[in-house]
Amino acid sequence: MARIAGVDLPRDKRVEVALTHIYGIGRSSAGKILAQTGINPDTRVRDLTEEEASRLREEISDNYKVEGDLRREIALNIKRLIEIGSYRGLRHRRGLPVRGQRTRTNARSRKGPKKTVGVRRR
Amino acid sequence: MSRSTKKGPYIHPSLMKKIKALNENREKRVIKTWSRSSTIFPEMVGHTIAVHDGRKHVPIYISEDMVGHKLGEFAPTRFFRGHGSHTERSTALR
Repeated sequence: MARIAGVDLPRDKRVEVALTHIYGIGRSSAGKILAQTGINPDTRVRDLTEEEASRLREEISDNYKVEGDLRREIALNIKRLIEIGSYRGLRHRRGLPVRGQRTRTNARSRKGPKKTVGVRRR
Repeated sequence: MSRSTKKGPYIHPSLMKKIKALNENREKRVIKTWSRSSTIFPEMVGHTIAVHDGRKHVPIYISEDMVGHKLGEFAPTRFFRGHGSHTERSTALR
């Protein structure tokens, strides 16, 4: 049915929201796409006509980088940082926050679950 | 906030002068610099620049991909030696 940019098809949601299920499209670009193609953001995905769906498909494939391509671009950017030996690459390599956040506490998204360290004394 | 494009990328003037001189004479020599905030220019590609890390100068070979970054990004200022190793003193107390 509504298969846009590869594998995505959430059926019962409003198109505006459903489009955000595509990697690389958030609320803001979803709104822009619908304005550009002239589709009412309140229509449900299942109510989309075949013609509307193909218009969406075209708009996205022409003007947006999504899914695999986008993921590849991001991975390549990170790989470049690592290869040139920059500070940001180093932080990616060690799995620590890249943009200067504190690491004494927090930073759990990057560091993963807590691991207790320290020397035991008696 | 990022730097205004009107001004162009920052580079320490004397560092740029040295690079220009090297390029003119077609020679390769390690240049020492303390200017970590200087942007890497395309002119620097292929040179080796020794960037100060607060203690010593770290030699950095400039490759094409590094253009647009700052020199300081390639000379880390902190060196983490790890936590909680079992030294003789800490294990002897057991």
